[in-house]
Amino acid sequence: MLRLRDVTAGYDGSVVLDHVYMDVPLGRVTAVLGRNGVGKTTLMKTIIGLIRPMSGVIEWEGEDITRWPPERRARAGIGYVPQGREIFSALTVEENILLGLEAQAEKVRPQPTLDEMYALFPILKEMRQRKGGDLSGGQQQQLAIARALAGRPKLLLLDEPMEGIQPSIVALIHDAIMKIAEEKQVGIILVEHNVELAFACADHFYIFDRGAVVAKGDVDGADLDHIQSFLAV
Amino acid sequence: MFIDQLFNGLSVGSILLLIAIGLAITFGLMGVINMAHGELMMVGAYTTYVIQQLFAQYAPQSAGMYFVIAVPSSFLIAALLGWGLEKSLIRHLYRRPLDSLLATWGVSLILQQTARLIFGAPNVAVVPPSWLDGGIRLFGAVFPYKRLFILCLVLVIVFFLYMYLTKTRAGRRIQAVTMNRPMAACLGIATPKVDAYSFAIGSGLAGVAGCALTLLGPIGPTIGTYYIVDAFMVVILGGVGKLAGTLLGAFGLGLISTFVEYSTSATIAKVIVFVLIIAFLQWKPSGLLSLRTRSLD
Repeated sequence: MLRLRDVTAGYDGSVVLDHVYMDVPLGRVTAVLGRNGVGKTTLMKTIIGLIRPMSGVIEWEGEDITRWPPERRARAGIGYVPQGREIFSALTVEENILLGLEAQAEKVRPQPTLDEMYALFPILKEMRQRKGGDLSGGQQQQLAIARALAGRPKLLLLDEPMEGIQPSIVALIHDAIMKIAEEKQVGIILVEHNVELAFACADHFYIFDRGAVVAKGDVDGADLDHIQSFLAV
Repeated sequence: MFIDQLFNGLSVGSILLLIAIGLAITFGLMGVINMAHGELMMVGAYTTYVIQQLFAQYAPQSAGMYFVIAVPSSFLIAALLGWGLEKSLIRHLYRRPLDSLLATWGVSLILQQTARLIFGAPNVAVVPPSWLDGGIRLFGAVFPYKRLFILCLVLVIVFFLYMYLTKTRAGRRIQAVTMNRPMAACLGIATPKVDAYSFAIGSGLAGVAGCALTLLGPIGPTIGTYYIVDAFMVVILGGVGKLAGTLLGAFGLGLISTFVEYSTSATIAKVIVFVLIIAFLQWKPSGLLSLRTRSLD
């Protein structure tokens, strides 16, 4: 369970997240929705530790992790797939996945994890000796997810994984998210601005506007019209 | 004559590469302007001197073997010193190049003075091992064993460094931190630890360079200052952040300066080579290989 208690965060004194409270259960998909610029990416960066909150507490499995650096949070089981993917473009696909293993506390044999990731995303196996920078956007997205999963996270942060990707790959990534959510009891925070895409995967949702939570609830029985009113531009 | 010059060029190149390869890590990959890099070489050189003295005193029958011990010892002692320097000083100065330039210059003065206090101001001579005396005669030219040894040593170091950076887990971590520090941290890589051991490796290689320099002549407290400019020049010419660039830069510079020197004189040659480098950097400011050229990846 990840909990945010009264978290306020931003850049250089300007507040982007304003007194946010959130409960994220494991083994479920939690969608974070909102228009562009309402603080969704800042929220992800605050959870992984790239941004230190100005006030408030972040709790992970009962521990206060507010002051932990990102590497410690990753090792504690939080995996991060950033917006823009941030693949190591000069390294090969395989090396990128192997870097994901760094989040695991003990040393493990790499091959089983590689095989598992190649089974989930077959295109990565074909491309395994290619440089990360040579991949298409959709392939890079799959690689970024595989890299995060290789660390065996308990919670996966996905920041707009479907953004700027062709429809056929969107379906593939959607299927992969469903599979991860079902098989491995991994919790997922899925940041999206497309309600249909998000609700097709998610169990719960939070809607953000101007850095604050304006609505939350279960996806089942949610009032879509009401939700759309927060998202319409 | 041509083969003579070619060999001289390669030999000068290998020495340049040796002194620059450690800097290629600390300056090239990590971006630290470490003015004390030359003094880390000096530490390696004096380590070699001490070990040779110890061998001469306690094991004169196997005195020639001191060099086998001296190479790894120079590495270890310089690496340890570099590690301490990173932990205590340099880690507080990342992304503050001017401050780190001044601070490490101060460190270099402290190290020079310390060497003067311990070993005295005059140069000391390290007696090279007898198995490196002489040379091979080929095509009417003489190839001294010492120079061949440095050439081989450099090639071995480059090979191991390449394997380390590309094939091992620790090396992959260094690459990841160099390319994208925040993302590397988000994957669970302890970036402060990676900084510390990268800097230690770069410093250790400076120590090995210092050890090899004892083969070429006497050593003194200011030996580092003779080489630091050349080392920075090679790394910048090759392209900051690219080890292959440092390799090309060192051998290119070695060959060009030898051939220019042959047709003029040593002083004029130095001027011509500097002018060539400045002109080249005007044309290609990021050096021979830059991180941004995708075609060379």
